[in-house]
Amino acid sequence: MSLIDAHRTIDAIWRMESAKLIATLTGMMRDVDIAEDLAHDALVIALERWPEIGIPDNPGAWLMTTAKRRAIDLIRRRKLRDQKYEEIAHGIDLYKMNDADPTLEGEIGDDLLRLIFMTCHPVLSQESRVALTLRLLCGLTTDEISRSFLTSKSTIAQRIVRAKRTLRSKNVPFEVPTGKALKDRLSAVLEVIYLLFNEGYSATSGKDWIRPLLCQEGLRLGRILAEIVPYEAEVHGLVSLMEFQASRLKTRVSATGEPIVLLEQNRGNWDRLLIRRGQAALNRSQKLENTLGPYTLQAAISACHAEALTAAQTDWIRIAALYEALSRVTPSPIVELNRAVAVSMAFGPSYALQIVDKLSEESSLKGYHLLPSVRGDLLVKLGRFDEARTEFKLAASMSRNDREKEFLLKRAKECEP
Amino acid sequence: MRFMIIVKATTDSEEGIMPSEELYTAMQRYHEELAKAGVLLDRSGLQPSSSGIRISYSEPGGKPKVIDGPFTEAKELIAGYTLIEVKSKEEAIEWAHRYPDPHGFGQGEIELRPLYEVEDLKINPELLIKDTDLDKWVREQKKT
Repeated sequence: MSLIDAHRTIDAIWRMESAKLIATLTGMMRDVDIAEDLAHDALVIALERWPEIGIPDNPGAWLMTTAKRRAIDLIRRRKLRDQKYEEIAHGIDLYKMNDADPTLEGEIGDDLLRLIFMTCHPVLSQESRVALTLRLLCGLTTDEISRSFLTSKSTIAQRIVRAKRTLRSKNVPFEVPTGKALKDRLSAVLEVIYLLFNEGYSATSGKDWIRPLLCQEGLRLGRILAEIVPYEAEVHGLVSLMEFQASRLKTRVSATGEPIVLLEQNRGNWDRLLIRRGQAALNRSQKLENTLGPYTLQAAISACHAEALTAAQTDWIRIAALYEALSRVTPSPIVELNRAVAVSMAFGPSYALQIVDKLSEESSLKGYHLLPSVRGDLLVKLGRFDEARTEFKLAASMSRNDREKEFLLKRAKECEP
Repeated sequence: MRFMIIVKATTDSEEGIMPSEELYTAMQRYHEELAKAGVLLDRSGLQPSSSGIRISYSEPGGKPKVIDGPFTEAKELIAGYTLIEVKSKEEAIEWAHRYPDPHGFGQGEIELRPLYEVEDLKINPELLIKDTDLDKWVREQKKT
């Protein structure tokens, strides 16, 4: 194996193992920063040694043992320096460490879950949670994260350093919350995952309409979470929603790079496997809970589209009803706007326009480009082209995505007499 | 990127002999690991080729011939597949490496094959644009 090949293989193994390493080490050291350093030390040792000795049979266990040994060294040194650190090493049996300890499997899952709860902790700002999660749980480099969010490397690096400092200064525990706290904290985790996925799915700024890396990471994290907390309905709801949306990922853009709206996509190219996975996750969620949560409701809406063989066969009445339910669970002007679209399809544009006009008074939607965009669409259907053109132009001036801007201006142009 | 880990058939699998309990457990554990890493998309085992048929187009433009199974060359047959989604070819190779010896008596063979992604199909971008145009035309025809 050449050196380059070896390094690429080690890269791949790092990506597969880093979250587990960091999670286990955080459990030992109670500090994510130290844990990440130790995991990196193990990686550096692997980079030095593996090209010589070959890739070990169980590379994950090799890395884990190496990192744990470094952790124990560190604890011992500290112990000598200061007896107070003794408690840190509490519970670790220094003589019982094997290369591959299969009994640890379950515990690693638990540690992973604790780590997710830590990186998505409410003491951190939303953007810090996202950056830290991508770094520690997805194994992305600062460079990859900054490219995904179109910010500089130093901004992301600083964000991560600050986040770790906050976790330490606020003494955020490494634990899985219980009782009512679990639901709240879990919803914070789901929020981060969905934010990640969505940022990839409909890039809010920049030249591209889709950034696949973020979609993949969001989906992967969701799938992992569904395995380690299988009893939570909303986790499956979110996974279902992401599977359905991902099934249309590649039909959302034309060969020339412009966005294609849902109803005009080629359904033959929707990914049937992901649709099936979405349906399975939706079923699982509905089995666990009778009252559907917000993600499950959105997944159910997405399922209506996935199940319609042609756009004309879409069950808009059901979709409108699901949006109504959603706006009861999580009242928001954006849900209301979506309901308006469904109502327009189910009962006609004039009913929908009433909903949208009510929303125009909503201050939180000021500057939200989809409001004039939807209004323009309804006006076109009512044959009021002049007004529609003004709305599309307004929407274009509000959008920060270049591709979308172009698309909206094209629609404005189509309304010219 | 998606990869298919293909498990080749053996004389045993072709005779419909089920894997040993030990092997079965190892397979379960492996797939659980894939699922927990968020990379497993799909998996299935195939029945022996005796329950299958072949359709062969031996003459260009001629009628196809239907042949009933079983087919003889076990190594060229498929006994099952596991579909994974990973970030790199190296990661796929690493996962394939961890697949347990699928039969355990010296005939085990697995194959790793990348799937085509839409990006790979842009061999002829003009054709794709034509496709999009055609879709549009069909839709407009339906409207009128």
